[in-house]
Amino acid sequence: MKSTLDHATLAEEFNKDEERVDWHDGALWWIRQKRDRSAHQTPQWEELREAASAIKSNVISNLHDYLIQFEENLKKNGVQVYWASDAEEHNQIVYSILKAKEIKQMVKSKSMLTEECHLNEFLEDRGIEVINSDLGEYIQQIDNEPPSHIVLPCIHKRKEEIGELFHEHLGTEKGLSDPTLLTRVARKHLRNVFLTRRAALTGVNFAVAETGEYVVCTNEGNADMGAHLSEVQIASMGLEKIIPERKHLGVFLRLLARSAIGQPITIYSSHYKKPRPGQEMHLILVDKGRSNLLARPDFRDSLKCIKCGGCMNTCPVYRKSGGLSYHNTISGPIGAILAPNLDMKQHADLPFASTLCGSCSNVCPVKIPIHDQLYKWRQEIVKQGYSASRKTFSMKAMALTLSSPEIYKTAGKTGRWLLNNAPFAINNKFNPWYKQRDMPDSSQQSFGEWYAKNGSKK
Amino acid sequence: MSTREKILAAVKKNQPPLSALPDISVFKVHEEDVVKKYSEMFAGIGGLLVSAGSLENVKDLIRKDFDQSKRMLSNLQALSDVAELSNPDADPHTLEDVELAIIEARLAVAENGAVWLTEDVMGHRVLPYIAQHLAVIVREDSIVSTMHDAYAKIASEDYGFGGFIGGPSKTADIEQALVLGAHGPLSMTVYLIK
Repeated sequence: MKSTLDHATLAEEFNKDEERVDWHDGALWWIRQKRDRSAHQTPQWEELREAASAIKSNVISNLHDYLIQFEENLKKNGVQVYWASDAEEHNQIVYSILKAKEIKQMVKSKSMLTEECHLNEFLEDRGIEVINSDLGEYIQQIDNEPPSHIVLPCIHKRKEEIGELFHEHLGTEKGLSDPTLLTRVARKHLRNVFLTRRAALTGVNFAVAETGEYVVCTNEGNADMGAHLSEVQIASMGLEKIIPERKHLGVFLRLLARSAIGQPITIYSSHYKKPRPGQEMHLILVDKGRSNLLARPDFRDSLKCIKCGGCMNTCPVYRKSGGLSYHNTISGPIGAILAPNLDMKQHADLPFASTLCGSCSNVCPVKIPIHDQLYKWRQEIVKQGYSASRKTFSMKAMALTLSSPEIYKTAGKTGRWLLNNAPFAINNKFNPWYKQRDMPDSSQQSFGEWYAKNGSKK
Repeated sequence: MSTREKILAAVKKNQPPLSALPDISVFKVHEEDVVKKYSEMFAGIGGLLVSAGSLENVKDLIRKDFDQSKRMLSNLQALSDVAELSNPDADPHTLEDVELAIIEARLAVAENGAVWLTEDVMGHRVLPYIAQHLAVIVREDSIVSTMHDAYAKIASEDYGFGGFIGGPSKTADIEQALVLGAHGPLSMTVYLIK
């Protein structure tokens, strides 16, 4: 399933359907506007972002002790704790928990971590069926595609396509595409799944070191349906999900849903602390590159991310290229700064999928300087020799041109002459800037030439 | 070295020097009328708000608003003549056919319309999620302004499970069209009492 094509190529594919691109762009911008309205209605919004960022700085600087404290409290609460270095170890732990209880079917609520670990495929290879219960993730699963957005997994799909998938997999009438009717069908189908699965796995939004509880946020209620009806409840979390005290949830729960979709709070913010009688609770702490990221001062702040997806909704490149073009579980600006830490070579193209406009940093609820990190990753990637050769060549040509006034003048003249007299030399498919764009009309002279003529006039 | 030791050693080695926690007591919102604010926010998110006045009135309203031939479940003794009293020992799967769950909130939050429920008031953890409809009784004097005030009240509370619930379950996963009633309740009614 892993794609080897780069962002530009995949984005080009997405761009072939102009109507879809316009819809996608508009739908995400609408969510960004809802986020703005919600933020502006919240007193002390900027101070809240500042506080959230500072709490996360504290977490990053004291993670070792918080992890030990969290583990101690989990055990006190009767939760079994596991540690995993990587995807393989994580998946093996989940498998062994299920195997011990002879469980062959599991229901899962949204968890980007288990997507990154390819848990479903791992378990399916061992005869265990997994069903994703978040509606968007369920739709992506039956279409055999990864989520294209961390909050809105199938935002790139039109309702007719979803109707077709439901027709094929759930036996709905052909041509049915009404969102309410489709949701009702999924509700009925998945309710039966919740009632019959003995094991449920959830992700974790926040893990409180002080109390050993963890909080899971959803709008659909799927995490709770799965967890409370299961005899084995499993939670998988990255190390960075820790927050120090319960009262800090006040800061994060005020920011999360407002930043994500402009809603004052997620419908469900569930605090799981102890198993109910007769139930087992397991929690897996996953490193998967986090401890390594801590050692990179320029990039460690990306561990503050609370996965609201705000940076994707605002990003002009994301909105017009679609999440799947990032060929990484976490797409958009935040994905582009997290992915190179895991595999710089494979994700060398992602930090370049940005205009560096800075809009992502401006909406980030925990104030990660995303666009600065994108810029720094580019330098790192070029230094390590992973950048595309065409890009390296054009950058060198540009550096030469900008460092020599003579070459600069000649190049400017040539460019203007070409645009005015031979536009086909520039407006062609060999110029990547021409794709989906029209080149502007050129002026007759450069500023330098104009100034030489007019600069001395009073 | 075990995975646990390996991870902890790497974290210890790589984490930056200690950075202090911020003071979050600065987040104070003085709401003139928390009941009004709560009512607006809750309605805004798709909830149904009813000023019932008293628990006695709640009974009449439930008889009027919900199909009495279906299963009603509550942990509130005072409502035993309109709803079956929940049995804490029952298997949660047996709650599948509950039409209406009636639960009294521990507190409610004006800034977002959410109610705070812990498992002792739920009766069953799954009840407020599995019921087709959810009704929550909120005492007006239990409404706080913000999440900070809510956590100030529950900071040291012990519970096995607790949750904020801010409306009927919902999804907009299909073309961003809002649909109430994803996997949880199709509707949520709050009965305000004095």
